[in-house]
Amino acid sequence: MTVGAARETAEAVARRSYGRLVALVTARTRDIAAAEDALADAFAAALATWPERGVPDNPEAWLVVAARRAAGKRVRHGRVAEAGEAVLALLQEERSEMETAATIPDDRLKLMFACAHPAIDPGVRTGLMLQTVLGLDAVRIGVAFAEPAATVGQRLVRAKAKIRDAGIPFRVPEAEDLPARLGDVLDAIYVAYSTGWERAFADGEKDRGLSGEALWLGRLVTELLPAEPEPMGLLALMLYCEARRAARRDAAGRFVPLAAQDRDLWDEALVIEAEGHLRRAAVAGRFGRFQTEAAIQSVQVQAPRGQEADPVPLVLLYDLLARFHPVLGVRVARAVAYARRDGPEAGLRLLDEVAAEAASYQPYWAARLDLARAAGRIAEAEAARERAAALSPDPAVADWLRTR
Amino acid sequence: MQFMLMFAEPAETFVMRDDPAQAGAYWGAWTAYIAALGQAGIIVNGDGLLAPSTATTVRVRGGKREVQDGPFADLKEQLGGYFVIEVPDLDTALDWAARSPAAEAGSVEVRPVMPPMPQG
Repeated sequence: MTVGAARETAEAVARRSYGRLVALVTARTRDIAAAEDALADAFAAALATWPERGVPDNPEAWLVVAARRAAGKRVRHGRVAEAGEAVLALLQEERSEMETAATIPDDRLKLMFACAHPAIDPGVRTGLMLQTVLGLDAVRIGVAFAEPAATVGQRLVRAKAKIRDAGIPFRVPEAEDLPARLGDVLDAIYVAYSTGWERAFADGEKDRGLSGEALWLGRLVTELLPAEPEPMGLLALMLYCEARRAARRDAAGRFVPLAAQDRDLWDEALVIEAEGHLRRAAVAGRFGRFQTEAAIQSVQVQAPRGQEADPVPLVLLYDLLARFHPVLGVRVARAVAYARRDGPEAGLRLLDEVAAEAASYQPYWAARLDLARAAGRIAEAEAARERAAALSPDPAVADWLRTR
Repeated sequence: MQFMLMFAEPAETFVMRDDPAQAGAYWGAWTAYIAALGQAGIIVNGDGLLAPSTATTVRVRGGKREVQDGPFADLKEQLGGYFVIEVPDLDTALDWAARSPAAEAGSVEVRPVMPPMPQG
């Protein structure tokens, strides 16, 4: 094993163990902040020592011992939070069970459902999950979402107080509520993925880490809810995007659209893995938003080399997706699919339907540019080109739009 | 855990209360809802309130009492009544809130009741 791989393994185990302990405590006390306080020093110590000295046999028990030691130090320095002590006492009670790692209850799914509860501000759900389940700090989350760390920190504190005080339950919802509530959890994971994906390019690859965290959470949900098809759909969707990562830029850093991408740069292993998840999801016979989005990716990936994907299945899939998830982005993409099947005028008519909401939505103007040009409406195309380029957050995309 | 369900109703709904043509439907829905709450054995207490037109608001500013006609704020929906219920968690409280007639006509705010102050 290389040093880098050893570090990655150690960090992954530290995260998994940390998340399990935070979940274990909060499922009983609803107090996320107290659990984090009690475990923060231990988690930092694990991240510092495990990569070099190796992962202990029983990581959870190691963390509990380290947390006690850290709390002891804090007592000597006269600063100890009562809540932290209560958490350690609780962990101590659980410790006999912890000696055999397999019997520790895994409450991380309950924790995720609490973080993505409809009573929690949607804007903070993703950050809350990244912090509680993966141990990311407010600075890191702030960087990922381009928000000041202080603002992020405040919103996280407020959300944790709401979870503690408002009676938000720590449990996996009953069957009838599961699809809707699971949708909130998956949404929060997908937000982390797409944020990491967009910012990776805007920042010159500095922040692809967040996409990695999202993939990690996506895998975790598929493991914890193996009978549910939508988590597998989400995982497949993220893997398809991941597979094409290297092909989205040329050597000079310029944006490359899907149809022009060099397929030799696609990661075949990830595509195969994605296809596998999508097939397994389909067995359940319960189609949903993420499976549909992954299926669209699949159609696009399966297109013959040098050709655009077959628009007939794409139109069907976008019709379906517009039912599951009728957001602006989906309706714009659906218009493009119709244009490919029925000609540009058909697509432009569908774009007209969303025009009122789309004035500052970049993909709308990029689609308008393409379709207006194909329809021979040159002045309209040029106007759309300028709007699309001006609205692009990624300078490489703006350049591509202006020069093509 | 105790939660207060605060039922906010729009003006049209308050009108229904006294309109012979609609009062039956209005009170019938509430009677059925209250019966269901009672059967579940979760009511701590609760009341209906007379219409916001009967409300009077008082403030003391600089030691001076200011009394004003009308509710806290002039909103589209106004408090029509409340229940305090004892249920295990927010989800259960939200389920009961969603079943109330006010959820469809107006909205229901759900808030945990403050735990009792420590004695001594």
